[in-house]
Amino acid sequence: MTITAKCEECGADIAIPDDAIVGEIVQCKECSSEFEVSSIAKGKVELKPAEVAEEDWGE
Amino acid sequence: MKLSITFDRLRQEEKWLVLEAKKLGCTTELVDVKNLFFDVTGKKPKNGFGDIVLQRCISYYRSLFLTRILENFGVRVINTSKVSEVCGNKLITSMMLAKAGILTPKTYVSLSSESVTEAAEALGYPVVMKPFVGSWGRMISLAKDPQTLGTIVELKESLANPIEHMYYLQEFVERPPRDIRAIVVGGEIVASVYRNAGGDEWRTNVARGATTSAFKPDKELTEIVLKAAELVGGGILGVDAMESKEGYMIHEVNNTVEFKGAQAASKDKIAKKIVEYVIRSAKQ
Repeated sequence: MTITAKCEECGADIAIPDDAIVGEIVQCKECSSEFEVSSIAKGKVELKPAEVAEEDWGE
Repeated sequence: MKLSITFDRLRQEEKWLVLEAKKLGCTTELVDVKNLFFDVTGKKPKNGFGDIVLQRCISYYRSLFLTRILENFGVRVINTSKVSEVCGNKLITSMMLAKAGILTPKTYVSLSSESVTEAAEALGYPVVMKPFVGSWGRMISLAKDPQTLGTIVELKESLANPIEHMYYLQEFVERPPRDIRAIVVGGEIVASVYRNAGGDEWRTNVARGATTSAFKPDKELTEIVLKAAELVGGGILGVDAMESKEGYMIHEVNNTVEFKGAQAASKDKIAKKIVEYVIRSAKQ
């Protein structure tokens, strides 16, 4: 069964990949907001807003 | 052996690295550094890190600070803070490359907006303006004339960060609409790709829509890439080169190399090579 979580921004369902792990970034397909998986337990996933790109991000 | 992979934004690359490490029988932990704090005047935390740390933070300053802290506690980190300092600052990279006789674009640095116009005139238009710290082609501008330069300078002067009020200018190098990314791991090129600029874009960063295609580097390119990698301190690096009229020219060396594009294009097992190198380094 696919796990989903609610988008904090627009309320749409975000499908969480089966192999998702804590720390991974997921994106809402409806509004493009990015979230970070903060916990996964018993088929329930918690999300928090992902950090926004800073000037020093990169390689 | 225990490997800690530190991150602040988990990407496909980090997941591949964990997978390969597990296949190689290495106990691996992913450490989200955003959750950490340290007594930097105290002793190494008891629940500290593994035998070696693979630094994969996406934020340059966060990565540099953490590496410094861990090294101070005696933890081995790849890449080292020295490598991070050289590669993370384009001013230092350019100076080192030139001093070592490695062909690199002519670079002028102006310490305030008062001298930037004169610097651009001396260098000759068009000039490429780059931030001292930054990646993915972000904020890299091409000024074809003094008017464009003036507009860019005006915009940069309005930014709050004082580093934006100094200027790094480079000659615009005539080259095919592509550059080269060579991924170097422990003194060996493990993958090399052309980065073909996308659409009307002149920048060749994958983040700016460039597409990648694998190729086998010739002797001349291999030599200059490995020389540049060794010069900055070695480790796991992304060396960027251009095919200029004078020969291969190195314009950047990246410290926390992203390899998703290169891996897709080359089918090389880059993550495996990285983990093997890290394990080798931990045993030395």
